[in-house]
Amino acid sequence: MTNPADLLLLASTADANPIVDFVREWPAMWPELWLSTQDTIYMVWWATVFSVLFGLPLGVLLVTTDRGGLTPAPAVRAVLSTIVNIGRSLPFIVLMVAVLALTRLLVGTTLGPTAAIVPLSIGAIPFFARLVETSLREVDRGVIEAAHAMGTRKTTIVGKVMLPEAMAGLIAGLVMTVVTLISYSAMAGAIGGGGLGDLAIREGYQRFNDQYLWATVILLVIIVQVVQSLGDLVVRRLSRR
Amino acid sequence: MIDAVGLQKVYRLKKRQVTALNGVDLHVRSGEIYGVVGQSGAGKSTLLRSVNLLERPDHGTVEVDGEQLTSLHGSGLRAARRRIGMVHQHFALLSSRTVAGNVAFPLEVSGVGRAQRNAKVGELLELVGLGDKAKAYPSQLSGGQKQRVGIARALASDPKVLLSDEATSALDPETTESILSLLRRLRDELGLTILLITHEMDVIKRICDSAAIMADGEFLESGRVLDLIGTPGSLLARSLFPLPDNGGPDTVVVTYPRSFDQPFMSELTRRFDVDVNILGGGVEEVAGHSVGRLSVDLLGSRRNEAIDYLTQQGLLVEEAGQ
Repeated sequence: MTNPADLLLLASTADANPIVDFVREWPAMWPELWLSTQDTIYMVWWATVFSVLFGLPLGVLLVTTDRGGLTPAPAVRAVLSTIVNIGRSLPFIVLMVAVLALTRLLVGTTLGPTAAIVPLSIGAIPFFARLVETSLREVDRGVIEAAHAMGTRKTTIVGKVMLPEAMAGLIAGLVMTVVTLISYSAMAGAIGGGGLGDLAIREGYQRFNDQYLWATVILLVIIVQVVQSLGDLVVRRLSRR
Repeated sequence: MIDAVGLQKVYRLKKRQVTALNGVDLHVRSGEIYGVVGQSGAGKSTLLRSVNLLERPDHGTVEVDGEQLTSLHGSGLRAARRRIGMVHQHFALLSSRTVAGNVAFPLEVSGVGRAQRNAKVGELLELVGLGDKAKAYPSQLSGGQKQRVGIARALASDPKVLLSDEATSALDPETTESILSLLRRLRDELGLTILLITHEMDVIKRICDSAAIMADGEFLESGRVLDLIGTPGSLLARSLFPLPDNGGPDTVVVTYPRSFDQPFMSELTRRFDVDVNILGGGVEEVAGHSVGRLSVDLLGSRRNEAIDYLTQQGLLVEEAGQ
């Protein structure tokens, strides 16, 4: 008769069952994992705030300055669109390095989660702006014309017609941006940005500690799942078409 | 109430230009329902949208209720537009707002306070028969209900003029009927002036006091519907009363306002020595007036003289053989 505890001990000493091993190691890893998770959330949160702050107006301008928009200005739109395209075409890892000087200017350092917010925001602003543009284009032109016919100001049309009508699409775009930011934030670890990506690279890759690698993967998957599910819930509630 | 003079509008496309309005004069009297009918591409939509300057004509002037709109810009134009209601073919409701929210929109835009807004919205929804739908979203409504919301919204700012852009074209015949009678009732109760565009002759027949027929950016004909019936060769009258297809080669269809009371059939036989064989007849409602229609076979050598005589008397005479 073997005692189950002995079996567990046997398994762990023989290093035969990686899952049991992983579960046993978890409490020891948790403090560091939790700190890194907080860093990730911190970076992603602020980068999201800046993406909305700059990406939303940029997306609105891309639509309103277009031909047939509220205030057509083809030249302005061409410039904005080019800027957005440049931002969109740079791979994030290159962009991070490319804006190092700006990061130092704004934050004072290029290391740590606060410094990572700069490239994350710059990477996500054009991404979100394009998503905003796409959802605003979906708004029924007839409704905008009706608003004109009712003597509505252009700013009111943006605020009370276009944005509310596109809200479901905007939220869906925001969720996509946050998920992208989570994956970007893991990349920021490559140049010492902090967060779960940083931990995975330091502990998992450079010190061959597979346990950390798996743990960060699991945590990242959970975070993305939570964000996506919450987002889907909101989008479903807003969809009234 | 609406006076548009010399409207011209040319769209420049890549390689060609399209003349949407080619010198149109439009005069709509106060309290009247005026219909513009025509094929798609005739320019009627451009005409309607010129009245509230959603489309600014290249030449010509638009005056609504004594105010010259073509000279207005910016806030002056927005204020003027608030005094003109508009109903749209595809309803153009905000899907993110409830029925009440949609009707409240023009009130919000013109800065009416919340309490006043709510009271007004309740009134308007009762007026169009949707008192119980205030909290519903447009996606939960039928087409006819959506158009009622559209009408309530158009009336929110107490306009004197209502523009209707194919308001019933997306609706089934029964719903069309109910929306048309609603428009007519609103005209009677609120003293509205309604300018509508449509491609359905039936709409003109049902509710319009005056009408214009439009093609290639021009009015081919315009006037009071009842007068047009008595106008020899009127295209609009012929379109309004298509010939029944049961006639033979000698069949003539005579259409006349009910106010016309002369014994013209017996007069025909007496004066022109023709035989009149009555095939059928009926009464139709046009613009709130009864109009009689009679299908007869006219036989005899002086048949053409008889037809000319009827035409001179102010009757619409249509010959099946032609």
